[in-house]
Amino acid sequence: MLLFLTGRILRLLTLLAAVSVLSFLLLEASPIDPVRAYVGADMLKVGPEQWAKIAEYWGLDRPLPERLARWSMAVLRGDLGVSMIFRRPVLDVIGERFLASLALMLTAWTFSGIFGFALGTLAGMKQGTWTDRLIKWYCLTLASTPLFWLGLLMLLTFAVWLGWFPVGLGVPAGVPAHEVTLADRVHHLLLPALTLGITGVAGVALHTRQKLVEVLQSDYVLFARARGESGLQLFRRHGLRNIALPVTTLQFASFSELFGGSVLAEQVFSYPGLGQAAVQAGLRGDVPLLLGVVIFSAIFVFSGNLAAELLYRLIDPRLRLKGDPCEQR
Amino acid sequence: MLMTKEAVRPLLEVSGLSVSFTQYTGGLRQKTIQAIVDLSVSVRPGEMLAIVGGSGSGKSLLAHAILGILPGNACVDGRMIYAGEHLTPVRQATLRGREIALIPQSVNFLDPLMRVGAQVRSSSLNGNGAAVQREIFSRYHLAAGTEQLFPFQLSGGMARRVLVATAAAGNARLIIADEPTPGLHSAIVRETLAHLRELSTAGRAVMLITHDITAALETADRIAVFYAGSTVETAPVSDFCGEGELLRHPYSKALWRALPQNGFRPLSGSQPSVDDLPQGCLFAPRCPFASPDCAAVQPELRPLRGGETRCHHAA
Ligand code: SF4
Repeated sequence: MLLFLTGRILRLLTLLAAVSVLSFLLLEASPIDPVRAYVGADMLKVGPEQWAKIAEYWGLDRPLPERLARWSMAVLRGDLGVSMIFRRPVLDVIGERFLASLALMLTAWTFSGIFGFALGTLAGMKQGTWTDRLIKWYCLTLASTPLFWLGLLMLLTFAVWLGWFPVGLGVPAGVPAHEVTLADRVHHLLLPALTLGITGVAGVALHTRQKLVEVLQSDYVLFARARGESGLQLFRRHGLRNIALPVTTLQFASFSELFGGSVLAEQVFSYPGLGQAAVQAGLRGDVPLLLGVVIFSAIFVFSGNLAAELLYRLIDPRLRLKGDPCEQR
Repeated sequence: MLMTKEAVRPLLEVSGLSVSFTQYTGGLRQKTIQAIVDLSVSVRPGEMLAIVGGSGSGKSLLAHAILGILPGNACVDGRMIYAGEHLTPVRQATLRGREIALIPQSVNFLDPLMRVGAQVRSSSLNGNGAAVQREIFSRYHLAAGTEQLFPFQLSGGMARRVLVATAAAGNARLIIADEPTPGLHSAIVRETLAHLRELSTAGRAVMLITHDITAALETADRIAVFYAGSTVETAPVSDFCGEGELLRHPYSKALWRALPQNGFRPLSGSQPSVDDLPQGCLFAPRCPFASPDCAAVQPELRPLRGGETRCHHAA
């Protein structure tokens, strides 16, 4: 276990190093001009000398290897620099935005997990019936629906037409920050989370269904039936036991799709999360923020995968007890 | 001894059983695949019947058909009588695991994520499951900690004993043992057979499905020979002797003579595929005694000298 964890940590470190350097170089090669990002709307008022001064102030006139080295050293010290568009330390921006995104993603994740699992189980248990076909059809339709389109549909229906939810943003407009209640936040969160969750349902349901069908066709279920088990008892004793692990694992391993989806959902609903910040940083050439987001999302996705692997090792007896002579007797 | 057993009414009587599967081959075109064509066997309490046949003769499906656990696309026909009453799907559902128990082929039939003790407990439904399971484990010399193990931790021999224990734990009157997967150590196979013998001596009806005729001859009371989806002969074990002159069907004689201890004279040719059966006697293409009417008319299973045979010319 210790070996496994050290291995994973090493892998994370190399991954982060590679991702950072690569994105640094990519941004370097892109037409983004960080000074322009900093100057923003004041562009016309800034002369070439000032321009050069700003570049010098940020160290942008240094050669590439030196800048990369300086930036890396800073990152190692935990300093991700200052966001040029927010004019605040990148870490602060990410921290704040990430909390908002996390709330959004967690809600969507839980929703798609529970709802998808239930649908998939139902379809798998009733394999070949109309219930199964209906659920499969629903999932396939859902899976081929673009998220932003679904988001717009939800907006039109629930926000514009029914008026149940606000049209966008993370908090009510025009209300001082300290007066924003938790209920306000939840109210703003629900629609984007639901949109993100609904698109996740299809994958979870189809995966659950497939796993359950596999399990139900297995020899051990055949033998369980030969012993007189059937229906719910069979599902509880063998079905649930054997699909729970692969399904939960996949749910954790899907953090990358979740993050990708949240970028879109936040865009559609103008929800002030990390994804939206990333899009802004990209569009407006905020290099430090963009690099920060990249590193952060890499860690996020990595921890999802790590959780998935850990789950297997801690729960699956075939991995948990392997090579442990005390347990093997 | 044999006489008293004959006098007892069969616990299970299967006659004219056929099993086929419907498959959809591209779009809505259906295809029917025959697996068992015409199978008849019976087994009495206290008796051990071995069903012997080459691989692919549909032996395992017989067990599943009796238990009523064939897949949904299977079509079953024929008559099954258990304890004097028709074995309907409803009855099968109430009997399996209680009155009729299965010993599967391998440890793969145990749930890989469930401790074996808990799985055995499921079959001893009445009374104190845990106590019954511990009792049965100790009877089969399984150490006290075995119940806490997962299937992958069992050795080949332990796995076999756990599987037998699963069937023995309940009060099943009929035990159907599917042949252990090939490659198992012969000592383990012998031990399993001895356990089965014990169970039948204790008054249970035991049905052993196997391709290993030597093992069957060592332990069973009667042998049913299976060829291309049909029973071709049933005979008491004692008829398998000498040059096989007491046997009733040319195929059983050939099986007997093909054994190493009897000169190892294998029969040429192979079993016809159940999908593409000959018109008349299924054995005609390979039979040394075949006459023209053999290929035209399919022989019925008929009683002969205390056994049964499916051959026009047997006497
Ligand atoms: S019926 Fe004819 S072909 Fe068939 S086994 Fe008997 S003798 Fe051979």
